[in-house]
Amino acid sequence: MRLKFIEEKIAKGLMVVASLAVFAFVVNIIYTIFRRGIPALNWAMISQIPAGGYYNGGGGGILNAIVGSLYIVLGSTILGLLISIPVVFYLNVYLRKDSKLAYIARLAFDVLFGIPSIVYGAFAFTIMIYLGMHTSLGGGILVITLLIIPIFIRSMDEVAQQLPKDLLDSTYALGATKLETIKVVLRQIAPGIATATLLSVGRAIGDAAGVMFTAGFTDSIPTSLNQPAATLPLSVFFQLSSPNADVQDRAYSAALILIFIVLVISILGRLITNYFSKHKI
Amino acid sequence: MKSYIYQNPSRATWAEDYSFLNNDINKGEGLATNKSYLKVSDLNLYIHKAHILKNVNLEIPDKKITCIIGPSGCGKSTLLKTFNRLIDDTEGIKYEGSILVDDTDIFDKKTEITDIRKKMGLLSQRPCPLPMSIYDNIAFGCKMHGERNRKKLNQIVEEQLKAVGLWEEVKNRLHAPASKMSIGQQQRLCLARGLAVEPEFILADEATSALDPISSKHIEELFVKLKQDYTIILVTHTLRQALRIADHVIFMYLGEVIEAGPADEIFNNPKQELTRKYLEGAFS
Repeated sequence: MRLKFIEEKIAKGLMVVASLAVFAFVVNIIYTIFRRGIPALNWAMISQIPAGGYYNGGGGGILNAIVGSLYIVLGSTILGLLISIPVVFYLNVYLRKDSKLAYIARLAFDVLFGIPSIVYGAFAFTIMIYLGMHTSLGGGILVITLLIIPIFIRSMDEVAQQLPKDLLDSTYALGATKLETIKVVLRQIAPGIATATLLSVGRAIGDAAGVMFTAGFTDSIPTSLNQPAATLPLSVFFQLSSPNADVQDRAYSAALILIFIVLVISILGRLITNYFSKHKI
Repeated sequence: MKSYIYQNPSRATWAEDYSFLNNDINKGEGLATNKSYLKVSDLNLYIHKAHILKNVNLEIPDKKITCIIGPSGCGKSTLLKTFNRLIDDTEGIKYEGSILVDDTDIFDKKTEITDIRKKMGLLSQRPCPLPMSIYDNIAFGCKMHGERNRKKLNQIVEEQLKAVGLWEEVKNRLHAPASKMSIGQQQRLCLARGLAVEPEFILADEATSALDPISSKHIEELFVKLKQDYTIILVTHTLRQALRIADHVIFMYLGEVIEAGPADEIFNNPKQELTRKYLEGAFS
């Protein structure tokens, strides 16, 4: 057999092994969480807040963390979109391709992208102290917004940079100002916005370090932006830190709930993406 | 002097195909008496250091089809994009001179660029429908210019789709995505979209080069029909197309206008040696 066909076989073999390795990881993680989490999962877990002594094996559930996480994800996603869409629009419609400002801005977003969330947490914490705020839902939303903005901008920008010049020209030719092209641009990059939102939600709901300083942790459900809020990752962390094996199992069922929420959001996101992509040229 | 047109054996077939057009084109009479809506004076255009358009002086006759011909890179498309100032977005652009549209200098600081563009419908090389439904593609421009009345919009959409011969084909799927149409239909939709904002000019940049022969023929027929109401300026690479539909021809070479005049004069009796050579196919 000729050498290049042998090479082909070896390369293909390596690709299969790599793919299987990744798949095995996923299966392993899910198996572990299910094995320990399913037995501890019950209705009380998702419908009640922790009762007294919950972390030592007492009754109750983690509704506080579920609601806290959803509040933070929802708030930061909306805030993040409101801030990043204008940025992306400005970068791609108002600035020219060779603009220095656009270059520097993109570089800055890349740097922000790589900053670990604990640093965002510490940064936001300093500001909160300066402003006299204590740990609160508002603080959590703020820091998670900071965390996901670079993800939003970078992934939307990738799509927006592919905007056909002809499309903008056609819109201008109808007598549109740059601002008036936003309807066209948003429709064209809608799939990008949906993907960006999915990535951001994934990161926002899974982040523990950022919210530790800023949102704090509480056993009750926050009723205003000033009150501290619990989050699922921190709830997993606290339960896993318990010496009690039953409580540790509950940590796994909390993780299961977290994964389930992410799954639901991803599927919804796919459906929404498909809906908005139908007009893309 | 016999020009290449009559030596070309395929001319006969084209002439038969398009005999319906020959009744009213290639006469060239009365051009001098027409009021010219678009007048270019001493236009010089530079991109960075490169001198792209050199001393262009032109008049585009009203309600006629004017074809701009010339070899690749001669500045045809640049000139066309200067007319509606789409060229403004190019880096390092600088221009001198004036272009008068209805006696308004389009380079004047007081001139609203959107007004100029609204006056000039643009048809690009590849059809570029907006990422919306067929209906919204046409309604978009009208809504943008302040038309909110549903009934009026429905009427405009129907009218313009009929004007480009699309109505029968799409009337049952007006709210389907425009991207699902065939490429020829898309180009006609783009034309209708441009017409919906009531322009005076139609600028077409090789508008048929990406289309199949049948769709191209559709578009050409539309141009001939539309010239009753619009002044049409066409950049084309296909000499035969210019031959078929042009009333007025502008020949450009290396950024200069070499010759301009009525189509039959240019094609049958070019005054410049360069024009003659180009028409004979000595270079392209």
